[in-house]
Amino acid sequence: MLQIIRERWRQGFKTGKFPKEEPILPPRFRGLPNFSEDCPSGCGKACETRCPFSACRQVDGRLVLDLGRCLFCADCPACPHGRITFGRDYRLAVRKREDLLYSGGEYPLAQPLEPARLKLFGRSLKLRQVSAGGCNGCEADCNVLGTLVFDLGRFGIQFVASPRHADGLLLTGPVTENMRGAVLDTYEAMPAPKIVIATGACGINGGPFLHSSEVSRGDDPVLPVDLYIPGCPPHPYTILDGLLRLLGRR
Amino acid sequence: MNDLNPQLLKNGEAVGLESVQILDFDEFSLGLLAEVRKQGRVAACFAVPVTGEGGELELFALVARDRNACVAVYRTRIGERFSSLTPNCPQMHLFEREIAEQYGVVPQGHPWLKPLRFHRSWRTGVDAWGRPTDQHPRIGEMEFYRVDGEGVHEVAVGPVHAGIIEPGHFRFQCHGEKVMHLEISLGYQHRDIERMLQGGPHPATMSQMETIAGDTSIGHGLAYCQVIEALSGCEVPARAQSIRALALELERLANHLGDIGALAGDVGFLPTFSYCGRLRGDYLNLTAALCGSRFGRGLVRPGGVLFDLDPALAGEMLARLKAVQGNTLGAMELFFDSPSVSGRFEGRGRLSRSVAEDLGLVGVAAKACAVPRDSRFFHPTGVYRHLFDDLITEETGDAMARARMRSREISVSIELIRRILNDLPDDPVRAPIGPLKGEALAIGMVEGWRGEVFHAGLTDGAGRLRRYKIVDPSFHNWMGLAMAMRDEQISDFPLCNKSFNLSYCGFDL
Repeated sequence: MLQIIRERWRQGFKTGKFPKEEPILPPRFRGLPNFSEDCPSGCGKACETRCPFSACRQVDGRLVLDLGRCLFCADCPACPHGRITFGRDYRLAVRKREDLLYSGGEYPLAQPLEPARLKLFGRSLKLRQVSAGGCNGCEADCNVLGTLVFDLGRFGIQFVASPRHADGLLLTGPVTENMRGAVLDTYEAMPAPKIVIATGACGINGGPFLHSSEVSRGDDPVLPVDLYIPGCPPHPYTILDGLLRLLGRR
Repeated sequence: MNDLNPQLLKNGEAVGLESVQILDFDEFSLGLLAEVRKQGRVAACFAVPVTGEGGELELFALVARDRNACVAVYRTRIGERFSSLTPNCPQMHLFEREIAEQYGVVPQGHPWLKPLRFHRSWRTGVDAWGRPTDQHPRIGEMEFYRVDGEGVHEVAVGPVHAGIIEPGHFRFQCHGEKVMHLEISLGYQHRDIERMLQGGPHPATMSQMETIAGDTSIGHGLAYCQVIEALSGCEVPARAQSIRALALELERLANHLGDIGALAGDVGFLPTFSYCGRLRGDYLNLTAALCGSRFGRGLVRPGGVLFDLDPALAGEMLARLKAVQGNTLGAMELFFDSPSVSGRFEGRGRLSRSVAEDLGLVGVAAKACAVPRDSRFFHPTGVYRHLFDDLITEETGDAMARARMRSREISVSIELIRRILNDLPDDPVRAPIGPLKGEALAIGMVEGWRGEVFHAGLTDGAGRLRRYKIVDPSFHNWMGLAMAMRDEQISDFPLCNKSFNLSYCGFDL
């Protein structure tokens, strides 16, 4: 007993000050992309074919990067002119799929739920997490929100065991053929009104497995999504920031 | 059977296919069985269609001779049916089921021939179970093993579990609280990774390798790079080798510590549970300091690594490591010094050494049963050749032994990282990669935190990947969990499961 108390004292108080203070992320962290200038004319739209996950498009001479498909690769091969770099802004969650189509400038961060659902869930949100072909990366970064650094519980958000107890479904993974039924069953089992949060590139658009015939995510939405959290996997603070924005707490 | 003289291959080496003899099936099976009797271990076994010939398959078995630091390559041809080796060699059990599912061929006499991942056969129009080939098979549709009798009942769990866990299905046959049999049926995470590599490497391949099992991004990434480097004859600079080992050990630290925390949580010992959850993040953040990603995404690339360390960053990492080390050891000491904790783990989920050897277990699960298995020791590459000699094993084979294995490996990894950071060689971090050698076979073995990550690549005449085989340590070890549950209380399943902590997606691919 004394040893436990002594160790408790030694380990100290570690819960982060988020959201009052911004987290300090490592200098090499890859967050919201930066585009150095407008696309040079005559570059032949190289980025559209060079990104293996078809995240880039050129529209009227402007680069549009789909953050729902982007894996934030350290060696992003898309632009041969090196126009795409990644900044340190970890806040990436949005409410609408088209808001993930980013071409620089202000990023349309997630707005709170509409008043009816906000009133219900704003101070207590119970989530059922379902991994549907995820690599356990997004899952690990959701799990970590329960540790004392992030302490998800202090925001009234909790992951629950049963869909019957859940207000929302947090989906990870590209929805494999073999998990499609279980995902739909889980969604059905949740009482309405409910929300769906697509977490990670896989959950949004198939991620690295976009072109697999065993994966249905691709352009098939499977479920109506209320919050998109991009990244491969998203940083835990990206997820937490998204959840708090959805609940109008940031 | 010494007259067979199979082609031998070292970790990170390639061999031209012309020098791998095609045995007739009887020679193949006798050779393989003799090899396994002499402590050989089936590291991988896979089929591949013979180029340009209608429907015939070639079968490759790669048997690790740990004590000789090499892998023996056995090669034969099979038709629509071949005789199963599983009755005489349980290590072949899952490999043969996998081959049956992928190519629609039948290993005759297989005692447990069921689908593994529930996908369509890769050869159109054939199915080993005669299921309709024009539609996707339904997951979990198979004969489960079933015990009948008074007081016998069945418990089915999953695919969706109660926590933030990957999906899988467990079916218990119980008498009262006692588990007589556990059948584990997976495939829910199947993304078809092996097939997506055919004709590759593709631009998307590296990202897919890093997400075979996200918690082993470095392990699988490295194994893949070793295969590609072997096929292209690339010599990876020493500095890159050091940084790779650094990342691999950080991955081990984060996961082992997370596991000890989760084990503590499963028996309600909250102090270690909370400290480890946080400390795991400290190690992940060290990886992020190196490459921007907590899971090491983007660090390892064929030819070397993408990120270098300057002396300032190396110094910062050493200082941070020192700071978390004290808390790490403190949190673990609490766990192992508390009788209420050890009382829950000792004797639970015990596996004998002979079962572990028969099933071909690897990594922590094998070492906990006194079976020495560690690719860093037996098949070392890079810095492990001169830095690693701490092959740890435990004797008791129970959940406690698996916990102890982790805590002892944590101490070794911390020391390894310190030595790596203090002695970084002075050369570039990446070498160029040339075209891949055609008609060749290469292997890459990496001791990931769960155990041996094994990759094998086979190229066609143009140097493109014709077949790529991935074996996650979990592929061998899930059977270990099923056996460890025999005669245990069903209420101890979470604890036993956590003590193995196997990967679903690594198995499902």
